[in-house]
Amino acid sequence: MNDDCDLLVVGGGPAGLAAATEAAALGIATVLVDEQATPGGQIYRAVERARAPSIERALGASYQEGAALVARFRESKCDYRPGHKVWQIDPDGRVFVSDGERASVIAARQVIVAIGALERPVPIPGWTLPGVMSIGAAQVLLKASGLVPREDVWIAGSGPLVWLFAAQLAAVGARPAGVLDTAPPGARWAALRHFAGAWTGREWLKRGLAYRQQVFGAGIPVITGVEAVEAMGDGRIAHVRYRVAGSWRDAAAAGLLLHEGVIPNVHMAMSCGVAHEWDARQGCLRARRDAFGRTNIERIAIAGDCAGILGAEAAALQGRVAAFGAARALGRLDEAAARGRARPLHDALSRQESFRGFLDTLFPPHPTLLAPSDDVVICRCESVTAGTIRAAVRTGSLGANQVKAFTRCGMGPCQGRTCGTVLMATIAQARGVSPADVEPIRVRPPLKPITLGELASLAQSEVDG
Amino acid sequence: MFRRLDETGAAVTVYVEGEAVTVRAGDTAAAAALLAGLGHTRLSPVDGSPRAPYCMIGTCFECLLVIDGVGSRQGCLVEVREGMRIERQKGARVVP
Amino acid sequence: MTREADAIVVGGGIHGLSAALHLARMGRRVIVLERRYAGRHSSGINAGGVRTLGRYLPEVALSLLSMAMWRSIVDLVGDDCGFHAHGFIRVAESDDDMEKLERRRAETRAMGFEHEELIERDELRRLCRTIAPHCAGGLIARDNGAADPYRTTAAFKRAAVSAGAEVIEGEGVIGIDREGERWRVRGARGSWLAPSVVNCAGAWAGEIAAMVGDVVEVGIRPSMMIVTERLPHFLDPVIGTVARKLSFKQTPEGTVLVGGGQRGIVNRSTEEARVDAANLARSAEAAIAIFPAMRGVRIARSWCGIEAQMADGMPVIGPSPRAPGVVHAFGFSGHGFQLGPIVGRAVAELVTSGSTALPIQELRVERTFR
Repeated sequence: MNDDCDLLVVGGGPAGLAAATEAAALGIATVLVDEQATPGGQIYRAVERARAPSIERALGASYQEGAALVARFRESKCDYRPGHKVWQIDPDGRVFVSDGERASVIAARQVIVAIGALERPVPIPGWTLPGVMSIGAAQVLLKASGLVPREDVWIAGSGPLVWLFAAQLAAVGARPAGVLDTAPPGARWAALRHFAGAWTGREWLKRGLAYRQQVFGAGIPVITGVEAVEAMGDGRIAHVRYRVAGSWRDAAAAGLLLHEGVIPNVHMAMSCGVAHEWDARQGCLRARRDAFGRTNIERIAIAGDCAGILGAEAAALQGRVAAFGAARALGRLDEAAARGRARPLHDALSRQESFRGFLDTLFPPHPTLLAPSDDVVICRCESVTAGTIRAAVRTGSLGANQVKAFTRCGMGPCQGRTCGTVLMATIAQARGVSPADVEPIRVRPPLKPITLGELASLAQSEVDG
Repeated sequence: MFRRLDETGAAVTVYVEGEAVTVRAGDTAAAAALLAGLGHTRLSPVDGSPRAPYCMIGTCFECLLVIDGVGSRQGCLVEVREGMRIERQKGARVVP
Repeated sequence: MTREADAIVVGGGIHGLSAALHLARMGRRVIVLERRYAGRHSSGINAGGVRTLGRYLPEVALSLLSMAMWRSIVDLVGDDCGFHAHGFIRVAESDDDMEKLERRRAETRAMGFEHEELIERDELRRLCRTIAPHCAGGLIARDNGAADPYRTTAAFKRAAVSAGAEVIEGEGVIGIDREGERWRVRGARGSWLAPSVVNCAGAWAGEIAAMVGDVVEVGIRPSMMIVTERLPHFLDPVIGTVARKLSFKQTPEGTVLVGGGQRGIVNRSTEEARVDAANLARSAEAAIAIFPAMRGVRIARSWCGIEAQMADGMPVIGPSPRAPGVVHAFGFSGHGFQLGPIVGRAVAELVTSGSTALPIQELRVERTFR
């Protein structure tokens, strides 16, 4: 079965949708593959779903922008394949997918990887207990299912999403037990030094301050200056312990929602051989790409948060720019035309990037999140602790692959997605070097755990032609 | 841990650990398991520790469930269907 | 920076580290130069099979001696290496296959080897309850098994260092020149002088051999492997087949390793190797054919590794005929892991006394010369 296209876009979030829509409008034969059943990615999750007006209002105007983006995508001529996972991408543009039953291959002349972000892991004591989840998880439940956390659920962390989510809860009349604000007190003043960025992002700043006001106004307890958080319980979370000004306090908790920022999901691009480097400011890996999202792999471009966190608006801009880049590579646009169309988008993007620096200073990752204490689990899948990692480094395992081979960290179902950054940072700390000097995990296919039967079906379809 | 604020959407009956639970179209199997009040949704095959969904976006793999008799399915990526059977994955995957 | 030693071993895989361990225990000053890190390539990515079964006839005697060392691997390297021995079976799927196994059995018996035993359908089923019903029987070596390759390589490294060997990682050899009665081995960061050089450079051994004047063609075997999710324990012996490219085993953690030699894609100069999905699909097909319950089992990951492949499929072990003090031990063609312990001993004997009583005569490098 011959399945080919000019452009294959992976990911149905803002970057992917914008890229596919723009490419289709240029007459490029485009396929969009997404593992979710409906478009929108995570930030615009379930945006087409009918919901109660109060929740619709609480989700806000920027969420509604997603609805328009999805609508334009639906109207485009893009060949949309939801519920399909990509499990391997070859450098020649062959993309291997599966619908859960059969595997197949799509031969693409150009590929844009737009798989978005994931929450920075928050490896605190007890974080693997049932009932400890990310704020992003709770947002998915709000958007897709209209669920809110109960009154005995705590929120802990720092970053814009903490305030956005707490304000959304306040807006719908849900009242979590409280917010433990882990942002270091000095950060706000350091951030103001990045004044230019702050000025261009004043809209966001106003919004952010408004979120905080909403939370206080709803009477949701907020504890600032939280230095450490632990989840306690037997088989499930029952308490949250937290330290303020050196003394520990305890509160009953039926759930704990954590958030310490968002990091690019580099898994797919790394598996393709796209070069990445360690971003010291954000404590994560970032892809190396040019202004059109082009990478060191000729047929593979990246767009959106999976390349570096800039948020949904920037992701959509990058998606369109990447479409122009793909069009140029396909010979549908010449250099001048591609640059011309991209120019206004690049201008908008540089404002976004400048503001990002401000945000990064306001919400830097805490060192213990990157290199936790010995007894904390780093690899959730294989239950490998930070102490085991450090012991492996002491016996001579210097890179993530050696540590993985020795400790099984990264060998479980998630294949290092969740533990990768913490693994690199912990190894770096144990060696006394920067994470930039630590060899990252080699990402191997399949990118999602397809069955032997699904893989074998590829052999049959190749035979069938 | 969560309560339903919004009853929009068709009602769907699923079976979580054998018990009928009414959820809504658009919910994922992982959400249904949470709503059913399961304290934990799986036991780790490595050390038997109880686990439950963490990220809900398909990257952490903590939501592995047995859905309609098929194990190791990421419950947060599977939308509920009428009559769906959702069970904990206790330890290593069992294949028939 | 120059350093001096009795022997310089090029290559930090299991064979180089085993050689270093044995040499160090014999009181020699030995330095291992490893371009990346110990176990980076073949020694770290292989299927971990520890077998005497089905070997090329010139290797059998050596392999049997190595098996004895595996039985006391804890004494040798201070780690059990995850070694478990529940038998290695080559499965026949048809009468034709069974005939091939019968001929093989006759061959080994004629040479005086009794380690391979024919089994019928019932015994096969007793040993592997879930094997596909069409499997007709097999050839078994009951004391064979498997170990954890990376853990084993790391154990050899630790033991070698404890015994006084120096293992230098991140140091690739860029040249070897004669200097009086010794060899100067040059890396990027320094050079080393020694009367003996041991070539354990795996897939790159041909380049090292050329540096001392031995022209040997060493091909690449781009071996692929699949690891599955953890499953409850269902299989003790390691399984291969007569007619398919398949090796199949379950690890102590419960994962299943599916190998057998389907070819991936390798770039030898960049040391990058990647999976060929179409070929890997054939491995999956083979696994399902022999163990039908595997159809629904999920793959955790797969990889392609870089191994050496000799034209006749057999390793090169022996002294260089022309280059004094140079000993070769490479080209294991996808079945060298089990030979690790004995090869180290053979190399150490060759380095220290110029000869060995171990049965390597048919494996010497001269056979590869035109």
